[in-house]
Amino acid sequence: MRSIWTVTSADEWPDPGGPCIFAAWAAGPLVKFGVVVFPGTWSDRDCGWVIDQVLGAELQYLWHKDADLKGCDCVILPGGFAYGDYLRTGAIARFAPVMEKIADFADRGGLVWGICNGFQVLCEAGLLPGALIRNSSLEFRCQWTNLVVERTDLPYTSQCGEREVIRVPISHGEGNYFADPATLSRLEQRGQVVFRYCDAGGRVTNSANPNGSMHNIAGIVNARGNVLGMMPHPERCAEVELGGTDGLKLFRSVAESAMKVLVS
Amino acid sequence: MTAQSVDERRLREVALTPGEYRAIVEELKRAPNEVELGMLGVLWSEHCSYKSSKALLRRLPSAGAAVIQGPGENAGAVNIGEGWAAVFKIESHNHPSAIEPYQGAATGVGGIIRDVIAMGARPIALLDSLRFGPQPASSHHVEGVVAGIGGYGNCIGIPTVGGEVYFEDCYANNPLVNAMCVGLVRVERLMRARAEGTGNSLMLVGADTGRDGIHGASFASLELDETSSERRPAVQVGNPFLEKCLLEACMDLAHTDAVVAIQDLGAAGLTSSVAECAGRVDGAGAHIDVARVPRRERGMTPYHVMLSESQERMLVVVERGREAEVEAIFQAWDLTSAVIGHVTDDGHLTVVDGAEKVARLPISLLTDGAPPRRLVGVAAEQPPGLDMNALPPLVDAGAALLRLLASPNLSSRRGIFRRYDHMVGDATVIPPGGDAAMLRVKGTRLGLAVTTDCNSRYCHLDPHLGAQLAVAEAARNIIATGAHPLAVTDCLNFANPDRPEVYWEMEETIAGLAHACRAFELPIVSGNVSLYNDSSGESAIYPTPVVGMVGLIDDYGKRLSAGLRGEGDFVLLIGSSQNDLGGSEYLKVEHGLVAGRPPALDLARERAVDRLVLAAAENGLLQSAHDCAEGGMLVALAECCLLGGIGVRCPAIRPEVPLRMDAAFFGESPSRFIVSLSSRAMPELQSLARRHHVEISLLGLAGGDSIQFEGQFRLPLAEIRQAWEGALT
Repeated sequence: MRSIWTVTSADEWPDPGGPCIFAAWAAGPLVKFGVVVFPGTWSDRDCGWVIDQVLGAELQYLWHKDADLKGCDCVILPGGFAYGDYLRTGAIARFAPVMEKIADFADRGGLVWGICNGFQVLCEAGLLPGALIRNSSLEFRCQWTNLVVERTDLPYTSQCGEREVIRVPISHGEGNYFADPATLSRLEQRGQVVFRYCDAGGRVTNSANPNGSMHNIAGIVNARGNVLGMMPHPERCAEVELGGTDGLKLFRSVAESAMKVLVS
Repeated sequence: MTAQSVDERRLREVALTPGEYRAIVEELKRAPNEVELGMLGVLWSEHCSYKSSKALLRRLPSAGAAVIQGPGENAGAVNIGEGWAAVFKIESHNHPSAIEPYQGAATGVGGIIRDVIAMGARPIALLDSLRFGPQPASSHHVEGVVAGIGGYGNCIGIPTVGGEVYFEDCYANNPLVNAMCVGLVRVERLMRARAEGTGNSLMLVGADTGRDGIHGASFASLELDETSSERRPAVQVGNPFLEKCLLEACMDLAHTDAVVAIQDLGAAGLTSSVAECAGRVDGAGAHIDVARVPRRERGMTPYHVMLSESQERMLVVVERGREAEVEAIFQAWDLTSAVIGHVTDDGHLTVVDGAEKVARLPISLLTDGAPPRRLVGVAAEQPPGLDMNALPPLVDAGAALLRLLASPNLSSRRGIFRRYDHMVGDATVIPPGGDAAMLRVKGTRLGLAVTTDCNSRYCHLDPHLGAQLAVAEAARNIIATGAHPLAVTDCLNFANPDRPEVYWEMEETIAGLAHACRAFELPIVSGNVSLYNDSSGESAIYPTPVVGMVGLIDDYGKRLSAGLRGEGDFVLLIGSSQNDLGGSEYLKVEHGLVAGRPPALDLARERAVDRLVLAAAENGLLQSAHDCAEGGMLVALAECCLLGGIGVRCPAIRPEVPLRMDAAFFGESPSRFIVSLSSRAMPELQSLARRHHVEISLLGLAGGDSIQFEGQFRLPLAEIRQAWEGALT
């Protein structure tokens, strides 16, 4: 068991910005992120960069053939084209050996975070409802989007303000969230929509919807609140140089909540 | 079979001339067999042998202090400091894209990525220089090519960060697709594709070999005609997923020192990759057993195997006895690898099929044997001159600006680059849409600026000057980001060189390139020539020497972009404007003319302007910088406003005689930038400008939500944006 009180050099860590819940935050790696690598995954290195170099948390890559999550506190399914996505996005990846462990982990309340292709895999695997179909433009879209954060009580969003508008880029050809009416109304009733595409002022409009997603849905969480899927890429906006730092809030949220779990 | 009896039809099939056939027989002292004939045909094709351009290409400068690898390898490499080398190359995929736009463009991207991987480098950026015929007739080309580039680049996870798109009548039947890839590698890990070490194993890795793309290189060395669409089977099909796995596996090869060399399989497949790899080592040869090549289908002959252009394959030279280590690395990525032969010291490429002998040819005959073609250049007919006095005066600059911004060559490219993932890698610190794009080198403060440039209309009007202008503009694009130009890769696209006026264009273009690169002290470290870009003897393309350039900034925190930043900033024009409208977009859009001479270029003045902007950027004086190019000062100024989301208020422009109003607004004089800076920085910039003997003039003040020239016109930014973004969606 790693001790949360292990102190390494504080100089190595970026300014966390905002009040720390625990003084120990600035002192050392408190949370271990696992980043799954399927053949064809490409956001693995970007997620790894943010976790390791920007956030300063512990990073563990998980190979798709691994049958062990290696003690990770949060498992990220990153973006890419797992197995080429020639059949249907995520349709093959769900059968990877590591996915069985991830399903167990999610069952036990572990944090499972699907980003872009990872979201598609989670839907295919049945860990999240609905599906991601082709963008209504029928074109790939790589651009910045505004997202209104509708849940701030989650381990993923605790650092965000109520209905805060964050800027996060998308990069996908199939990010058009689709669900049958019953599923959709259940999601809405239970408040499982976490992120919605909006304009800079937070208004959820058609013109702010980059891919035709139902109800402008950009990200949803399961009923229990531990499995998050989102199309936008928070790992691409964790540094000023890349155009914004809103994505870092999500990584920090996970780090802090994992710490709370450890302390409690 | 003798020289006399060889079937001419067969010769045409392998794209060899009777003269070339005689040269082969003379050298071999026997007639080549079918397989040998096919192998020689592809390697002696223009695409592989450069037989028409080799002599001219020698004139290009390729040496420089930073150069670690010049032309002749899979890609060039320059030292960028802190132990890193930047590896890059540009290559054409024009012919395949003409008949199968999606796969042609996709496999063009795939091929150039493998060239960079072969150097041991991780690809970090892609750029694409595209030319099409006028819209909407060219829509199927545009749609297919853009989708193909995105389809490959997005899937493999390498950001597509830049390039260019132009529309001209001359590309209607012959679109150009030039793809550039940039990679990074630690200097000590830079690989070279040399088949060293007799007895070392040759391993073929990646995709299985199929019958696709046979004669692709030969096909690329012919003019397109009405039967070209029957050549569709000569276009390969890309599998970016497989290449992603191949890329990662090749990166993992860095964990072992068992690998001697890596070579891409591109045009002419196994034949050329083995021959080239052996050809780089004196006296080396290779022994290949085609029976050991993993295949995609049954019934393939040795001929098929040796000539297949199946994509996503690499040849790896492995130390004898250590094949299992390498195999394990590829196996981890579920990739096939097979030992197909070994390096010899007999200077020959020997091909067997199990126990049966198939072919045996001297390596030097394959790689250097093609007799150089002595072509004659005759100056092309002088393009129409331009009588400035006959041009009606500019009436409404604002209305002209809107029309120019809405024209296909000047409108926003966002509709295209938003279809490319330009962010993956977390390194894109200047995204597409401005001048050059910039990638940071992670773990350092270094930034690599990358761009491609060529105004082929200028090259058509004056190839020598046009080529120089392409180099100058590429350099300005790099400098506008605050980076220093470092080195060049070029993709030289021409029509059929057998026509004397085309060969003359080649001579002039290459002389112009060489002249400008020497003046800028820029080495050309890699490149590609694409000829026969014409159709059935007509509709030849303009000479199109695409200049790919890489620049370096030592701290990307000091980078500049094109958009205005702050209300109240001074907006300045650096450099002077000449009374020049020749070859301009203004002339084409407003008067329907492609005429005159391109704007004059004074290389000494160009360099002085460049040095001033770089000095100002280094001293932190500038808020933004943008190159003045097509569309002239007013279009560049509008772009600064649109990209920054800030308007500008300017006093009326009153050009001094002989400068005409239209030339002042829309003339395309080179050696000019638009910069913005705070008023506090003005005195220092003025003294810098005096020291560099460069003219600077205040255009106006940033601010508001319109572009305004007092008493001349005022246009709301929203209206300008609508025109600019409406054209290419």
